[in-house]
Amino acid sequence: MESVRYLARNPVWLLGLGLFIFFSVTTSHFLTAYNLSNVLFQCALVGLLATGLTPVIISGNIDLSVGAVVGLSSCLVIGMQEQIGLAGAIAVALGSGLCLGLLNGLAVERLGVSSFIITLAGMIGTRGLAFLYAGDTSLSAIDEQLYDLTMLHVGPVTLIPFIFLTAVLCFQWMLRRTVHGRNTYAIGGSRSASTNAGIPVSRHVVINFIICGLMAAICGVAMAANLGAATPSYGKDYELWAVIAVVLGGTRLRGGKGDLIGTFAAVLALAILRNGLNMLHVAPFYIPGIMGLALIAALVLDRQLNRASKTAE
Amino acid sequence: MKDIGRPSARQLLIAAAVLVLLTGGATVPGLFSFDNITQMLRQISVTGIIALGVTFVVIAGRLDLTVGSLLSLCAVVAITLHDEISPVAAVTVPIIIGLVVGCINGFLVAILRLNSLIATLGMLSVLQAVALVWTSGQNALIDRPEATWFAVIGRGYLLDVPIPVLIFLLLAALTAILLGMTRFGREVFSVGGNEIASRFSSIAARQVLFTCYMISGTLTGMAAIVFSSRVMAAQNNSGSGLELQVLSAVILGGTSLAGGDGGIGRTIIGVVLLGFIQNALLLIGLPYYVQWLVSWVVIIGVVWADVASRRGRVLA
Repeated sequence: MESVRYLARNPVWLLGLGLFIFFSVTTSHFLTAYNLSNVLFQCALVGLLATGLTPVIISGNIDLSVGAVVGLSSCLVIGMQEQIGLAGAIAVALGSGLCLGLLNGLAVERLGVSSFIITLAGMIGTRGLAFLYAGDTSLSAIDEQLYDLTMLHVGPVTLIPFIFLTAVLCFQWMLRRTVHGRNTYAIGGSRSASTNAGIPVSRHVVINFIICGLMAAICGVAMAANLGAATPSYGKDYELWAVIAVVLGGTRLRGGKGDLIGTFAAVLALAILRNGLNMLHVAPFYIPGIMGLALIAALVLDRQLNRASKTAE
Repeated sequence: MKDIGRPSARQLLIAAAVLVLLTGGATVPGLFSFDNITQMLRQISVTGIIALGVTFVVIAGRLDLTVGSLLSLCAVVAITLHDEISPVAAVTVPIIIGLVVGCINGFLVAILRLNSLIATLGMLSVLQAVALVWTSGQNALIDRPEATWFAVIGRGYLLDVPIPVLIFLLLAALTAILLGMTRFGREVFSVGGNEIASRFSSIAARQVLFTCYMISGTLTGMAAIVFSSRVMAAQNNSGSGLELQVLSAVILGGTSLAGGDGGIGRTIIGVVLLGFIQNALLLIGLPYYVQWLVSWVVIIGVVWADVASRRGRVLA
């Protein structure tokens, strides 16, 4: 009974399952071990972003700059390798995401401007930084060291999907079992009540932005590693995918509600959808359209579910 | 209400921007030459026309992020229809498309009451896809640009003033009247200022919002015609990122993102200031992406000033 209720609240699992069955039946290449590992890899990239974004949205904010951070960090990790070595380059790339997250968080909290505007502007500015660093060109890796990292196996899964799965579990634990997580829900539920209750609101919000920036940078490094190259326009529109995944996963846009399990299911469902459409030879032009419709559908769903739960209370 | 004699944040901002402009004029040769000013005005007229419509939406307390990809869509439609059907189709169909898309946005935001940011973000990618499907991913261009009257809209001059600038000024006058002197205009302010109170004052808030989106969409369709007539070609991503430029111009002028406060005159100031700043950066010879860094600082600075002046403290 509990599980039935859970599915009713999180229909995205059913959506994913439905898509899985649909594409397994209609295409011959979908249900193969090779393709499924491919799906897992594809969902890992957007998944890293969505994982980082979930706590930010639960605390009632949004970060639209994650796609641009992907572009910047991927350029940094490729470009810096020659001068300071692989480990240094990865550190710089991750550090850039961390700093931008800190900057966004501080701007939101100290200036008191809505996170939407701060990160929308941050999205343009960070993209500008990526172009400023890389120029108008793409960068390619000097050797295959970085690429070799992605080939590491942990059991049957390669490194990048493994990082994603670990992150999902860690974040779920953080949200459900730590003080920071509990306060994140409280802040999203009612900011003023949290302030009155003595919760250090600013600190938790800034921490969530930092984590989000860091996850975006990890995504950028993973992308660069996988392709052995980077261009400053990497990650364009990824913020859209990430927001879609988080909202589709049942996290409430106004904050206070949601979890990583829902986000994980939504990321998986979206990756299945995208992969399956490719298998059906749907022209790539349609993809942004389907993405946009999915976002609007997720929004309608978000409102309906939250209205339903409000009347139930 | 407000003590007179103490400058508002908006006035300080305008003063700062004018200062930047004067420094620019003194250091960048040719910035204030007649030719450069006309060219700059011609360039900003497309952004300007769109910003006029977006001003309505922002004053009503919402956002419209579809304008960029709507411009792309309308521009490729105008260009392809020009050769396939007639120039008349090229100047009518985009306006109709703009109106229809405005209605869809209005439906999503005003009737379904969805979050305007996310809903129009979704529409942004839907429209991008429609533009891609319409052109099958190709770029569109007009075969013989010198042999059509369509070119006059974007390339013509009347008494040394570019036609796009005249169109911009005409539409600015019309929208200023609509916003400043009509009942509808007052209703837009009241919906943006306090939606619940406006509903209690028997204002049809939904209809007002819906109309704002229709205005925004229609003006974007018109801007697309000016744009495609000037370029005589269109890529299916011509307008990519334009929504942010427009939004920065609107808030730079001093229209508040919180809704309920703003004006067409302010938007014109914002559009012209932003145009000058970008123009100056290009004249200095900086690459185009430096503009993005400037936008970053400018947008946050402007919104900060707006928020800070309303809460009466610099920091939150």
